[in-house]
Amino acid sequence: MSTRTPGRVDKAGLVIALFLLVLAGLIWQDLSGLQLSSVYGLGPKAMPMVVSIGLAILAVGNAVIALQGGLPKRERLDWKPIVLILGGLVALIACIKFDVGFIPATAILFAATSAAFGRRAFITDLLIGFVAGTVIFLLFSKLLTLSLPMGPLERLI
Amino acid sequence: MDAFIALANGLTVALQPMNLLFALVGVLLGTAVGVLPGIGPALTVALLLPITFKLDPGGSIIMFAGIYYGGMYGGSTTAILINTPGESASMATALEGNKMAKAGRGGPALATSAIGSFVAGTIATLGLAFLAPTLVELAVKFGPEDYFALMCVAFITVSATFGDSPVRGLTSLFIGLALGLVGIDKLTGQARLTFGVPELLDGVEVTTLAVGLFAVGEALYVASRRHIEEEVLEPVRGSLWMTKEDWKRSWKPWLRGTLFGFPIGALPAGGAEIPTFLSYSTEKRLTKYPKEFGHGAIEGVAGPEAANNASAAGTLVPLLALGLPTSATAAMMLAGFQQYGLNPGPLLFAERPELVWGLIASLFIANTMLLILNLPLVGLWVKLLAIPQPWLYAGILVFATMGTIAAKPSIVELAMLGAFGGLGFLMRRFDYPIAPVVVGLILGPIAEAQLRRALSISLGDPMVLLQSPISATLLGVALIALILPFVLKGMSRFKAAED
Repeated sequence: MSTRTPGRVDKAGLVIALFLLVLAGLIWQDLSGLQLSSVYGLGPKAMPMVVSIGLAILAVGNAVIALQGGLPKRERLDWKPIVLILGGLVALIACIKFDVGFIPATAILFAATSAAFGRRAFITDLLIGFVAGTVIFLLFSKLLTLSLPMGPLERLI
Repeated sequence: MDAFIALANGLTVALQPMNLLFALVGVLLGTAVGVLPGIGPALTVALLLPITFKLDPGGSIIMFAGIYYGGMYGGSTTAILINTPGESASMATALEGNKMAKAGRGGPALATSAIGSFVAGTIATLGLAFLAPTLVELAVKFGPEDYFALMCVAFITVSATFGDSPVRGLTSLFIGLALGLVGIDKLTGQARLTFGVPELLDGVEVTTLAVGLFAVGEALYVASRRHIEEEVLEPVRGSLWMTKEDWKRSWKPWLRGTLFGFPIGALPAGGAEIPTFLSYSTEKRLTKYPKEFGHGAIEGVAGPEAANNASAAGTLVPLLALGLPTSATAAMMLAGFQQYGLNPGPLLFAERPELVWGLIASLFIANTMLLILNLPLVGLWVKLLAIPQPWLYAGILVFATMGTIAAKPSIVELAMLGAFGGLGFLMRRFDYPIAPVVVGLILGPIAEAQLRRALSISLGDPMVLLQSPISATLLGVALIALILPFVLKGMSRFKAAED
């Protein structure tokens, strides 16, 4: 996995380093709002400080590796399935937010993921997802008494 | 001798019909998901955590252990038959095992891996039964500063020492530590890193992180590379049974594999990759049939498989005796304990012996069940590989979101699941290890609490960390483990320059 292409600057690697640096800054900013209140020993600030400094150092480490082109080689990326799966997740969240219910939400996620893996039978998969969602809902909501989000359909069952 | 009595008591717990059923469900589920490519035991336990929330703690934990052992068995089946090991621990098995399957000797390869796993699992579980109480006796003397130092060792070894790149491993760890900071500080009641979102006050749920990283991340990664990889299932041809010759060539690698797997698994370094590859290279060196290596030598399957299972039992030693998870699956099992308010460690051995010893005894039962179930049913397990990939991953995602909503019915939780999924995808793509994130999230807050406790007992004097001999030694070990990979890397670069 460690095929290296030395000498070439890895832009994605630099973005990762920047992300780590931003994370470190975010933690630092957050901890400066905390108040010291323990009499002896460490207050709530110590651990965030360690983590923030650690992340900043690691950001530099990652940047050095990226500048040396030391990141593992990557294959060409197919974006479509990623958009489909994340889109399915967003649709699921929207369904639950607007009280459409668990079963339709599950059906959409199932069909979207299935399409992401190359199936071209969206309606069939939607139906399969619907049945699967209903079975899961009945099994876990009724049998294991877990509380799953309800919509009009779920209240009927 | 005490261990024998405790183990016998544990057996009476494990043999209760309900617990036998839990163990059976565990090994069946574990084998099934182990066989499915892309789903490891850590993900299975993570997916099941929210569902088992309302079940009996003893039974659930026995089931989780069954999943752990079953996943190891199932992973080897996939490694042998389609050469895509479900987890890195089966990589060494795939080397020779898949060659054997291609040569029509898939049956004996599966048999030697199943019987070897049984032999190794049984010996290593015995080792666990005797080593864990000894470690507990030692751990009773641990003060908070010693626990803190121990966790430092675990942090470093899990993330830096054995990965490809210490910088990448430490980056993963610190992301986990940062996530562990989110929520209310238990000592002062102040909110940290919550950015005004009330759902974050309880902190980041371990299950949400694990399911996001493992399930959603894996699905995204596999989907994005679907155009690259093509899997070929090798049918099991010929006899399932091992010949006399196969037995003769297998039993020594089994025992040697166990000797590699158990101690290395029991170290706070964890991981099954090192013992399996050590075992593979040892068998390659010792074999009487060096020409067969690379073309399907049975020793190359028997040894690594034994090492793999022995190390699984080994990782349970620090988990049960010290509460220290050293692999992703062990981290998920720790989360399983925590969801019932149980904290593995010396106290658990004293307060809930029936639970701990019931678990250890049930490992023997799970192992036996796996041997009996696996060989005759191998045809059935292989059929699982015929599930179309789109439906498999769609099902995993549906289950993942269901578990997340059931655990915490909020949209913020689902959004975090998606975000962790994206993180898991990027980490896979850029080759950052995932286990350190989970370990960091679980152990970070515990390490912080121990350190603060130690320093408030010492009235703020940091020298307490060096005055305790245990703590000083452990911190020394952690420091060496941190520096060593950088030194070794420098040396290998030096060598490369010389060539």
